[in-house]
Amino acid sequence: MKRLFLILPFIITQFASAKDHTITQKGKAFSESEITLAPGDNLIFKNDDDTSHNVFSSVEPMKFNLGIQKPGSEAAHKFDSAGVAELRCAIHPKMKIKVTVK
Amino acid sequence: MSFAESPNRILYFCSMVFLLVSPNALKAGAKYKDLYKRPTQIPYPASNTYSDARMILGRTLFFDPRLSGSNWISCATCHNPAFSWGDGLAKGIGHGMKELNRRTPTILNLAWGELMFWDGRTESLEEQALGPVASTGEMNLPIDQLLAKISKFEGYQVLFKGAYPEEGITKDTVSKAIATFERSVVSGKAPFDRWIEGDETAISEKAKHGFTLFNEKALCSQCHSGWRFTDEGFYDIGLVGDDKGRGKILPDIETLQYAFKTPTLRNVDHRAPYMHNGSEASLKKVVDFYNKGGDVSRGSKSEHIKALMLSDEEKNALIAFLKTLTSNDAATPVTMLPR
Ligand code: HEC
Ligand code: HEC
Ligand SMILES: [Cu+2]
Repeated sequence: MKRLFLILPFIITQFASAKDHTITQKGKAFSESEITLAPGDNLIFKNDDDTSHNVFSSVEPMKFNLGIQKPGSEAAHKFDSAGVAELRCAIHPKMKIKVTVK
Repeated sequence: MSFAESPNRILYFCSMVFLLVSPNALKAGAKYKDLYKRPTQIPYPASNTYSDARMILGRTLFFDPRLSGSNWISCATCHNPAFSWGDGLAKGIGHGMKELNRRTPTILNLAWGELMFWDGRTESLEEQALGPVASTGEMNLPIDQLLAKISKFEGYQVLFKGAYPEEGITKDTVSKAIATFERSVVSGKAPFDRWIEGDETAISEKAKHGFTLFNEKALCSQCHSGWRFTDEGFYDIGLVGDDKGRGKILPDIETLQYAFKTPTLRNVDHRAPYMHNGSEASLKKVVDFYNKGGDVSRGSKSEHIKALMLSDEEKNALIAFLKTLTSNDAATPVTMLPR
């Protein structure tokens, strides 16, 4: 029991610091062209278009693929470590967003 | 009968309300017009700004067959201005008369492009320019040999000095000059543009109907959007074939398998046969293909490709519209090559 009290503040600060940031996809564009996050933050992509999107990053160590994202849906990616990633929509390469994690 | 009671007044009132709600709704397709306005100037990157000297050097290189190993193939052999910057063939023919895997795309309006090639494998015109020269299938001339070869001509020394005074004849300046010329290749105003600007007589009523279909029932504008009629996107539209296109570059992304870059539709009626593999012989064949929802079903096929149920009249209207995108451009001057 005592131990739990000792670690509880850490758990709470962990939760408090991990933030959600939302980017909307509308008119085949992202709502931002760059964003800065803290490690552990979540980036949520919301598709407000009538066409599907597919966010991905092809450069290690931030490589990931959110997969096909239908109109109206949301998809999220958590950025764990510091670095810079250039995300793109695989279908619409004009959709670009630079993510800096620090 | 007083004006207050006349049926005309009611009609007048109704049309006033209509006009207030949507001033353009009475004109066919008018609500989409804003999405298709031409830009007023060509974008040139800060790292390679425009000058006439650069454009003329680039044009000279573009038409010079000595950029090939055989001294016989120039960029313009395949990107021929008289075929709207394509070659009129189903598949390109390169070094040693060997057929290439894909059809030659136009270079029209690439200043606004994003990724180059059918599969988007290069990021810019500068990066793309020397690919075909060194490619053994296309022009088959290693770049160091190219530089040695053109450096010998006094005429080129003068042209490079004028275009890039500090930089000399290098891999970089050759690519930058060619890219500058390519950016200057822009399709002029077509009847469609005159209609967009407000001349209601510039295109037929049939073509206006086709434009509405293009934006609505036929779903074309989902991908062929904006004044160049491309979103620069990559889609599998359901053509038969085993070329995976963009999928070869990004094999992990399902939707990119068999996907190719959306081509511009400017001046498109000058560029048959169509598609990356030249498989559709005419615009009529293209429209029939889309009307069926493509020829194959695959997991990667775009959600926007599905049976359209267009009547023959609607198909003809679409084709009439596509033909209004053709401009009557001035001939490209061909400069004497340095000897
Ligand atoms: C032998 C025929 C041939 C020659 C010569 C040739 N090309 Fe091409 N070009 C093609 C083909 C085929 C493609 C499409 C290849 C692909 O996407 O895989 C292409 C693609 C391109 C593209 C991309 C267009 C787009 O919309 O993505 C550009 C730009 C281009 N060529 C410029 C040039 C330049 C500059 C030269 C001369 C240095 C040249 N080409 C020489 C056949 C040729
Ligand atoms: C899902 C996106 C999408 C939709 C919807 C779409 N197209 Fe296309 N279109 C493409 C792509 C991608 C290509 C090239 C495909 C290939 O070669 O593999 C293409 C090729 C073409 C071509 C051939 C151009 C050339 O130079 O080869 C024409 C013409 C054309 N489309 C017209 C239309 C018309 C008309 C419609 C509506 C009935 C339409 N498209 C609907 C994406 C689309
Ligand atoms: Cu997208």
